[in-house]
Amino acid sequence: MADSSVARYEHGSRIPGWDDAVDLSKDPASIPDPALTRVPAELRAAIEAAMAQYPDFRSAAIPALHAAQDLHGWCSPAAIEQVACVMGLTPAYLTAVATFYDMFSTQPVGRQTVYVCTNISCSLRGADRLYEAIQAAAGDDPDFNVRAFECLGACDIAPMASVNGAYVGPLEIADAETIVAQLRAGAEVLPDKQLLRRKVADPRAASGGDVDSAGAGASGDAAAHASPEAEHNASAAKAPDADHSDAADRLLPDEDADA
Amino acid sequence: MTELLLFKDIDEPGLASIEVYKRRGGYQSLERALKLPREEVLQELLDSGLRGRGGAGFAMGKKVSFLPKGTIDKYLVCNADESEPGTFKDRELMQKSPHMLVEGMIIAAYAADANRSFIYIRGEYQQQAEILERAIEEARAAGYLGERILGSDHSLSLVLHRGAGAYICGEETGLLDSLEGKRGNPRLKPPFPANQGLYQGPTLINNVETLATVPHIIRLGGQEYAKLGTETSTGTKLVSVSGNVQRPGNYEIELGIPSREIVYGLAGGPERGREIKLWFPGGSSSPVLTPAELDLPYDFDSMARAGSMLGSGAIIVVDDSVSVVDVALKLAKFYRHESCGKCTPCREGTNWTVKMLQRVESGEATPMDLDIIASVQEQIMGNCLCVLGDAMAMPLGSMVSKFRDEFEAHIEARRAQLGLGAPIHDAPADAALHGAPAGVLA
Repeated sequence: MADSSVARYEHGSRIPGWDDAVDLSKDPASIPDPALTRVPAELRAAIEAAMAQYPDFRSAAIPALHAAQDLHGWCSPAAIEQVACVMGLTPAYLTAVATFYDMFSTQPVGRQTVYVCTNISCSLRGADRLYEAIQAAAGDDPDFNVRAFECLGACDIAPMASVNGAYVGPLEIADAETIVAQLRAGAEVLPDKQLLRRKVADPRAASGGDVDSAGAGASGDAAAHASPEAEHNASAAKAPDADHSDAADRLLPDEDADA
Repeated sequence: MTELLLFKDIDEPGLASIEVYKRRGGYQSLERALKLPREEVLQELLDSGLRGRGGAGFAMGKKVSFLPKGTIDKYLVCNADESEPGTFKDRELMQKSPHMLVEGMIIAAYAADANRSFIYIRGEYQQQAEILERAIEEARAAGYLGERILGSDHSLSLVLHRGAGAYICGEETGLLDSLEGKRGNPRLKPPFPANQGLYQGPTLINNVETLATVPHIIRLGGQEYAKLGTETSTGTKLVSVSGNVQRPGNYEIELGIPSREIVYGLAGGPERGREIKLWFPGGSSSPVLTPAELDLPYDFDSMARAGSMLGSGAIIVVDDSVSVVDVALKLAKFYRHESCGKCTPCREGTNWTVKMLQRVESGEATPMDLDIIASVQEQIMGNCLCVLGDAMAMPLGSMVSKFRDEFEAHIEARRAQLGLGAPIHDAPADAALHGAPAGVLA
């Protein structure tokens, strides 16, 4: 069991207020005052566009948090406050939503996101060792956010990872270094292992229903054709531009229960 | 072999665009459906016998018919939160033929008389969401979405909603809460979504594959579609095969073919020299089956009779190189992590199960712990608002009962390896008296 009793900053000191009781005499944070809260124009536009799509504006909570996280790099208190201001909700409500979902981070994280699927199908094909290899390759580079993730829905390319949203696989241990190097260089990650360029395994699908011509074959050979769409998508998978000034007081990463 | 429906032309370059999709006969079913009265479209769905492809296998036509009639606001929600471990069929469909889903949704919404629709896609499917978004845009520009579609009295809006990573949001009421902008906690049922769903309005919720099948039903006719498959499991089904097989991937099969044909014929079976130890017939939530049960036909009822379920059609194959203890622990950890925490049996039960399995893994457990694991599973079953807890209890319970010997052998081997005293069965009284030397590994 890891010692998880006291949350600490990276430099070792305790987080102020961690052991203090909640001040019951204080009112909870209210909806931020639009006159006093600065919201970046593009974030405001994105949130308002999302709110307009639904019969109930509250449905835009998740799209709005996605937009804020893309902008800030994580769901920082400032990001939450900006969303709360535009949506007219309390920061507590949005924090409750943000903490529920795995993809929202309420602590500063690196911008290069690598989710390694370690669920059953991938782990049957060596995902746990792959995860360790990618972690080791990224080292303690603060720009990287390498996480073991639940089933990402790509067991056909197991073991696999989602690199800044782009699925790649099947990966070998040696690919760990390549992924990290390509991310550092800003290059497309493992172009010939991109899921979008992979054909369906069903041999009959390849030829529009004819039984004879087999197009599936074992793992590697499916990357042959890349449609213009696929190309477009792969390059569109972006890294969010984050201002990382918030990340100064970096917390120690939580002991991940599953790690 | 029958004709492919969902996977026909699936790898054609540019099928994700509306031009190619239409050249391949796309949106013709929609044009035909909109010329029919709603009741006839619904009748086709009923006649087809199509059962939900998301996991529960409920008859789709019946679900549509449960929605109240009248001018009240009704909603159609497509569940694209495919997060059942081992399942990746919807991803393939959305990524390669997004218009098939859009067309199916428009027809289903017409049958249900719903005029607002949503696709709830899991947040991790970023690339697929971008493809779908483009497809929706194209469909809107072509007049397939919006007011008075193709001159009919049917209007429909379609919004793509990205989730943010939570298995529980694949559960229909959890999905609805999440779509309303809340934490994805499941709701008490009844009322069922057909009566009170999204924004308290009547809501039809269907899986991607189910909705993508709708255009084919309209094209073939419900009765013609029902001739495919077996009597109670009609049609074709996408099967995701993964794990220890040589050719993992998605295959379209006619329901009712022998499971062996899928696992060995299509997916190539395990690597040479390996034997199958167990397989999950319908995602990680389905009770495991043994290799002998590979001879069963792959359809809803045969799987149910074997004590398991067809689920989402995700076959996970585990070969004899893998310890069943590892599989059980991996699964239990997953469900512990994904339990939303609303209901006690699930929240606590998943956590206990993980802790007990960790003791089994480390050799600190006794065979009695296996009984406790089994009893905890029984007490989770049916005692929660949703089936997430059951989804752990079912496979875990089946593993402990079918592979008990292996669990016990593992405990003993671990104990011997770590020098934790004599084998348990040699000195039962002693073990009961002093208990296992707890904390040795902690």
